[in-house]
Amino acid sequence: MKPRAREILRVERLSKTFGRVPACSTVSFSLRQGEVLGIVGESGSGKSTLLRCLAGRIQPDEGKVLVASDDHVVDIWAMDEASREQFLPTTASLIHQNPRDGLRLDISAGGNIAEPLMAAGGRHYGSLRATALEWLEKVDIEGWRIDDLPEIFSGGMQQRLQIARGLATHPRLVLMDEPTGGLDVSVQAKLLDLLRGLVRELGIAVVVVTHDIGVARLLADRLMVMQRGRVIEEGLTDQVLDDPHHPYTQLLVSSVLQV
Amino acid sequence: METDLAFDDDDVYSFAYLDEMTKRMIRRAILKAVAVPGYQVPFGSREMPLPPGWGTGGLQVTASLLGRDDRLKVIDQGADDTTNAVSIRRFFAEVSGVATTERTGEATIIQTRHRIPERALTEDQIIVFQQPQPEPLRRFITEEAVARKIHAFARYGVMYVRLYEDISRLGHIAMSSDYPVVVNGRYLASPSPIPKFDNPKLHRSRALALFGAGRERRIHAIPPFTEVKSLDFADYPFTVQRFEACCSACGAQDSYLDEILLDDGGRRAFVCSDTAYCAERRGERTES
Repeated sequence: MKPRAREILRVERLSKTFGRVPACSTVSFSLRQGEVLGIVGESGSGKSTLLRCLAGRIQPDEGKVLVASDDHVVDIWAMDEASREQFLPTTASLIHQNPRDGLRLDISAGGNIAEPLMAAGGRHYGSLRATALEWLEKVDIEGWRIDDLPEIFSGGMQQRLQIARGLATHPRLVLMDEPTGGLDVSVQAKLLDLLRGLVRELGIAVVVVTHDIGVARLLADRLMVMQRGRVIEEGLTDQVLDDPHHPYTQLLVSSVLQV
Repeated sequence: METDLAFDDDDVYSFAYLDEMTKRMIRRAILKAVAVPGYQVPFGSREMPLPPGWGTGGLQVTASLLGRDDRLKVIDQGADDTTNAVSIRRFFAEVSGVATTERTGEATIIQTRHRIPERALTEDQIIVFQQPQPEPLRRFITEEAVARKIHAFARYGVMYVRLYEDISRLGHIAMSSDYPVVVNGRYLASPSPIPKFDNPKLHRSRALALFGAGRERRIHAIPPFTEVKSLDFADYPFTVQRFEACCSACGAQDSYLDEILLDDGGRRAFVCSDTAYCAERRGERTES
């Protein structure tokens, strides 16, 4: 039997309230290397808040976010800000729904990929350039566009560039917020293919937040359904989508248009 | 209210223009800046009889340093005889009565804009820079709070983006002045708009270097014998510009040169930007 893959992320009873609105209530789950966890739910169900708590952007009111480092496990919200800022950028990447939030549009595509590498201490232009080229190729952007500004790229290309930037530092954990949102269906399909390939190739752990059941089915190994800040159902993706138990999940699945 | 000890009865101004409490506040900021090399210390910048951008920061630092025994030199673009240099030197002569000089070797305090004198400074000299923008990250990070966090966590990757972009577009690092440095292996700092030619002079300099930004209300310092490293890549090391010509007045080959157009036909010549250095080499007496 294959030994179980290493646990990369464990969330324990995480809660976050905005004023009187509970955005996340006692959410717990764990994620292993090479695994893709989908979080589905309608707008306002707390998916994005949860993701931001994992990415170190929003401090949860309660609960722990445990992330594996090289030799031990750290609670990112128990660390001081300086150590967290040191630890997270090399460990976890956040891919935004809108590539404009995750890219610098006024610097070249190559510069965008090189920036996190330079932040992590890369000080050799030649190797930064080589890494940028290698990643552009991986995300199907032609190498000669390396010095072009992402401003002139199409939406799909910008999103692929954002993914290259997010993955170039070899994070253990990738957090995606609606990675295919705002793209047309054929571009979405290509992007999903690319993401699936990369996840398998690199063996990273991924949390993908989406309201698109199709994306969840294609990408995720396991699924968590959220409603009003609570996890109401979870399990293997096929299980949850083919045999939904909770009435809300049933509604969600039956709302998808069949073509 | 404390008695203004240095106030002279037959003079309307305090010694060196600023009142004693203000000078004390600025000296505190300077001490802190020296204690944390490269760190920008906020201070309560005062209104000066000079528009912001003309050297009010340097002026205030100089005012708080001056003592009766000091000898002041003021240069602007390396020259002692330009308008800004002349008026600041006259200003201090007027309000403090300290001696002034154009000779680099004789000065105890040198206030400067855009240059460091060619003649190596010594441990009993202080060089005061007028600095328009003390924040080297400002070109990329518009939010002050974010910039301060970057300094606090020493995550200067964003600064290298500029270097990367220059090399990928132009084949070399194109910044030729205000070239950012890392002071004492810790803080990223701006050396004020001096040509990068002068950056190596800051490294392990014997003189204390103080940078005053009046409008931005910041002071930072490079203490004597401090490591100052100009940003670069391992395969694109920092280099200074070289001149093909030598000074047409004194023949210097090692100084920073200004280009002068001689006529409408396009004839040109190069002369030292540091006028005192040039005059000394020509053996002229430069005392004003």
